[in-house]
Amino acid sequence: MIHSLFLINASGDIFLEKHWKSVVSRSVCDYFFEAQERASEAENVPPVISTPHHYLLSVYRHKIFFVAVIQTEVPPLFVIEFLHRVVDTFQDYFGVCSEVMIKDNVVVVYEVLEEMLDNGFPLATESNILKELIKPPTILRTVVNTITGSTNVGDQLPTGQLSVVPWRRTGVKYTNNEAYFDVIEEIDAIIDKSGSTITAEIQGVIDACVKLTGMPDLTLSFMNPRLLDDVSFHPCVRFKRWESERILSFIPPDGNFRLLSYHVSAQNLVAIPVYVKHNINFRDSSSLGRFEITVGPKQTMGKTVEGVMVTSQMPKGVLNMSLTPSQGTHIFDPVTKLLTWDVGKINPQKLPSLKGSMNLQAGTSKPDENPTINLQFKIQQLAISGLKVNRLDMYGEKYKPFKGIKYMTKAGKFQVRT
Amino acid sequence: MTDSKYFTTTKKGEIFELKAELNSDKKEKKKEAVKKVIASMTVGKDVSALFPDVVNCMQTDNLELKKLVYLYLMNYAKSQPDMAIMAVNTFVKDCEDPNPLIRALAVRTMGCIRVDKITEYLCEPLRKCLKDEDPYVRKTAAVCVAKLHDINAQLVEDQGFLDTLKDLISDSNPMVVANAVAALSEIAESHPSSNLLDLNPQSINKLLTALNECTEWGQIFILDCLANYMPKDDREAQSICERVTPRLSHANSAVVLSAVKVLMKFMEMLSKDLDYYGTLLKKLAPPLVTLLSAEPELQYVALRNINLIVQKRPEILKHEMKVFFVKYNDPIYVKLEKLDIMIRLASQANIAQVLAELKEYATEVDVDFVRKAVRAIGRCAIKVEQSAERCVSTLLDLIQTKVNYVVQEAIVVIKDIFRKYPNKYESVIATLCENLDSLDEPEARAAMIWIVGEYAERIDNADELLESFLEGFHDESTQVQLQLLTAIVKLFLKKPTETQELVQQVLSLATQDSDNPDLRDRGYIYWRLLSTDPVAAKEVVLAEKPLISEETDLIEPTLLDELICYIGTLASVYHKPPSAFVEGSRGVVHKSLPPRTGSSESAESPDAAPSAGQAAEQPAVIPAQGDLLGDLLNLDLGPPVSGPPLAASSVQMGAVDLLGGGLDSLMGGSGFTAPGPAAPAAMGAPLGSGLGDLFDLTGGVGTLSGSYVAPKTVWLPAMKAKGLEISGTFSRQVGSICMDLVLTNKALQVMSDFAIQFNRNSFGLAPAAPLQVHAPLAPNQSVEISLPLNTVGSVMKMDPLNNLQVAVKNNIDVFYFSTLYPLHILFVEDGKMERQMFLATWKDIPNENEAQFQIKDCSLNADAVSSKLQGSNIFTIAKRNVEGQDMLYQSLKLTNGIWVLAELCIQPSNPSFTDLELSLKCRAPEVSQYVYQAYDAILKN
Repeated sequence: MIHSLFLINASGDIFLEKHWKSVVSRSVCDYFFEAQERASEAENVPPVISTPHHYLLSVYRHKIFFVAVIQTEVPPLFVIEFLHRVVDTFQDYFGVCSEVMIKDNVVVVYEVLEEMLDNGFPLATESNILKELIKPPTILRTVVNTITGSTNVGDQLPTGQLSVVPWRRTGVKYTNNEAYFDVIEEIDAIIDKSGSTITAEIQGVIDACVKLTGMPDLTLSFMNPRLLDDVSFHPCVRFKRWESERILSFIPPDGNFRLLSYHVSAQNLVAIPVYVKHNINFRDSSSLGRFEITVGPKQTMGKTVEGVMVTSQMPKGVLNMSLTPSQGTHIFDPVTKLLTWDVGKINPQKLPSLKGSMNLQAGTSKPDENPTINLQFKIQQLAISGLKVNRLDMYGEKYKPFKGIKYMTKAGKFQVRT
Repeated sequence: MTDSKYFTTTKKGEIFELKAELNSDKKEKKKEAVKKVIASMTVGKDVSALFPDVVNCMQTDNLELKKLVYLYLMNYAKSQPDMAIMAVNTFVKDCEDPNPLIRALAVRTMGCIRVDKITEYLCEPLRKCLKDEDPYVRKTAAVCVAKLHDINAQLVEDQGFLDTLKDLISDSNPMVVANAVAALSEIAESHPSSNLLDLNPQSINKLLTALNECTEWGQIFILDCLANYMPKDDREAQSICERVTPRLSHANSAVVLSAVKVLMKFMEMLSKDLDYYGTLLKKLAPPLVTLLSAEPELQYVALRNINLIVQKRPEILKHEMKVFFVKYNDPIYVKLEKLDIMIRLASQANIAQVLAELKEYATEVDVDFVRKAVRAIGRCAIKVEQSAERCVSTLLDLIQTKVNYVVQEAIVVIKDIFRKYPNKYESVIATLCENLDSLDEPEARAAMIWIVGEYAERIDNADELLESFLEGFHDESTQVQLQLLTAIVKLFLKKPTETQELVQQVLSLATQDSDNPDLRDRGYIYWRLLSTDPVAAKEVVLAEKPLISEETDLIEPTLLDELICYIGTLASVYHKPPSAFVEGSRGVVHKSLPPRTGSSESAESPDAAPSAGQAAEQPAVIPAQGDLLGDLLNLDLGPPVSGPPLAASSVQMGAVDLLGGGLDSLMGGSGFTAPGPAAPAAMGAPLGSGLGDLFDLTGGVGTLSGSYVAPKTVWLPAMKAKGLEISGTFSRQVGSICMDLVLTNKALQVMSDFAIQFNRNSFGLAPAAPLQVHAPLAPNQSVEISLPLNTVGSVMKMDPLNNLQVAVKNNIDVFYFSTLYPLHILFVEDGKMERQMFLATWKDIPNENEAQFQIKDCSLNADAVSSKLQGSNIFTIAKRNVEGQDMLYQSLKLTNGIWVLAELCIQPSNPSFTDLELSLKCRAPEVSQYVYQAYDAILKN
């Protein structure tokens, strides 16, 4: 099982180590550093590295490498999933997961890690259970603890640990009972030069914030459940009921959680909400190139596209760009060759555009690669797949909760080739 | 107020100051001090000097302080074992605490203190905690057994914790079940031969129930454990599959992949005509696709596994090509894997899309990726014939870009395309020649030279081109030199008039000026060919080449099958079996896919397990492996000298040892871990009608002495041994052991010069005489030989114990195979123990050494059993009748002097109950299982 964990920052310093079995010397990380050196960018460090006596499995998040050391045959996905869970937990506890934050809360971090694994076996990874065992630091609690001498370690056995519903603690009480659901869809797409779609898929999630008293039993039904043929559920969802009736029936965890994630695949027709018109021209043996892009709405069901951001990695031969946007701001970094254009809202009457010229390195032939345009955007009140919640019912409790559903569509990895 | 204050240091010396604070009277100050100590520890500072002071803080009601001290203890106890003893009392007290959280915490921490002295004190509290009323404590204690086993395996076995752990598998709480399974799996990993996770339909049912209710991590352990189970028929396999499929919708990708493993494995048993088979195939695709939308690290592992799945069952993902299209900001390791899978999925239906994508990738920035993309285009051309033309034109487009590495890669793959489709695309040669000067990589240069030589007759200036390469001949790499030599010889054979000078030049460069033996040899061969018989040279050099195969990088099928059993593990990431890389893989049990059982067959025979076991138990033929063979070829396998066999085998010890290690891991097969009945069934497996008469014959020999002789089985099939088939069995006749062999020549040539040799084995079996085959063996002739054996050879413990590795030599080659011998050939004639002696010995042997077995479906009465066993030197010492049951007390002795005592319980009064209960007691308990197999085989024949 998982032997040890090392946290390594971008400059290659080990700033935290935790061992669940015997102590493994940190020199084992030398193999990791070697791999890091070989990789051109931090993202490209291979996630599985073998060394003569150990295996190093790593994830890279928030500019920190989380490197797990294992010695025997362990499912690598198990380790990687766990590492992501560690990062999520830190984020949950401290708001952000950064080296400074971890160092500031090193004792809590250590306590949490100790609770998460025992001898390398996962012990408590559900964040609401962890929070009962070890209370997250807040400014208020630090002050209170200093005055009263109480601790941030709970001395009650978390009730959820062993019940049939391990994800929910008993005795939850709220004055305002509310249940909010966010349907968030991300479009991953590759659009080719001519504007036709090569692949497009939707990664959707339903995130919930449920603050309900007691043991509520909820059912959520959809207008068009047939869209959901590839789903991953939170353990609370009763799978049988879904199989037979296509209804989500569950006793929710307390607080924030991801109810389900789904995937609408390339086979179904995916609507593309924006288009990009581009004209990028590197002329041979000339030191000037033309650059022009326009962004416009396509299939938005009448909703506004906002938060639009265009980024593009320009070829090495581009020395500088002089561009004028019709709206928003743009930056070209001549060192990294990254062009960023913060567009904002798209007004269908007056399409935003960015025009101008590029200074190319003189004397060299035109660049081999064409820049790919990366697009980010948001559309409120729309789930692009067409998924709609029909109704939410509550059983098992007498009060009437506030209910709310929000929809949002975002760009995931949305790329336009030029 | 953050914890970073704990990192500040003072001038006076940190340790000194901390010591003072730890001994402070104020609780608050103490706690702060311990926090500082922990903080220093996390960044790798050595604070072990504070050990006594920190331990002093342990006796406290403050849970946080206690936890912090525990954290410290776990880290440093090893370096201060004497001090650590001080903590024991508190631990023992905490294990009795009314708060289950504290009880669990104490037992958990104790297990993490890796000090021998402490582990002794741990046993009692642990035993209590394993039976604790609170499941939280029980599940923590289960993991603690694994910890303890890691520190002191013997102690865990002696204290009987393993049995308690096994009992926990049927605990009422799913979390406890999951942890017990996890702990047992971890322990089993260091004891591959032990039958810790002995799975049967009941325990499987319990696991499947727990699967629905335990945590995501527990589900992974349970699924991995299920994957090791061998269902008895296709109906059981299907019902397990049905209960595992909901796991495919789990949010945790590790759960999903473990479920995929179980399904992929058990699917093997389902008939393809079944509706359910098709449904299952359809259900597998979406979760695999979903894995690709996860974080890149998860994607990478998923892709490595998908690569295996696609090779095994391409139908699952054949419509999902698009999800493998590469995004430009994917990490490079994801890109390369996606590309690989794209090629595997490429077919006529989707080739246009794939090519368009590949062309796009070939213009990206990352050099490695671009190279692989160009290569991929070539592979598409070779795989999908209809697309070859389009691929070639795409490659030409890419060559036009003049990007150096793209051009070079393109030329390398075009060479392969020429080999696959000769005389079809030669029109492009002109374009290729234009780029001759830009080639600077050996592989590309060699490819280009090959093309020029192969099509010399169509290239007007071929001689000039080749001559230009010749100038710097000695600076080229060997690859290019060899290719250049061949190409010029080809050119000469095609255009002899103008190139005589050139060929002489290259031949002299290769033979006289080169240090490279390969090059020199090839040069001499050409030279002599050309000078003696140019016509023959033409036939040799310009011979038609065999077409290259479609896919070159497929994983070999048996390895693929094994890897499918390891989906989701490191083995699947590295595409190597665990034995090839996992540390200390002492006899890693090889896994194999279950054989497909026809539905009709299993419907008739409810007990299909033996048939499944039988297929897996086929005598394993050891493939001739390069390095292994090299060492063995040096073995003196000639006609053995008639000296003492002991001397002969000791001479070869070194080499044979090598064989031992290698063979150990080669042997295997799930049969050995399968429940008992499978093995004897395989030993006695009838060989079909053809061998019926053989069976009679050996049967006849057997009755002479009364000892049971199993029918002969094929040990070495002809196809694995260049036409030599060996079948055989073992027998024991009046005190001597014989190996009865039938050698059959199924080749077309006469075989002679037979010799035989055994590897060292558990009981020192060795041939007592040379293998006597008097006349050469003509094609289609068989010869029967009875080879006397003795037990004075060198001894080495084998796994399984009764494994025998044999090398047989003839005039053609040396062949290796291994077989299992029934243990009863080792039961000696003076194995009858005196009554008193028996009683004393029975009491004397500790109960842990007793093993219980069931011999199923044996309807003999006590006397028949007794006489049957006596024939094979198992002696009945006493018989008792207790409550309608006949109890037989028996003894036997092995050739190496090990006594085995047995109690056999028969129920003659109950005709419907035909199972015999066998308890074996022996000072060397590892033989028990094999003795049982011998019992089973004797009684059933």
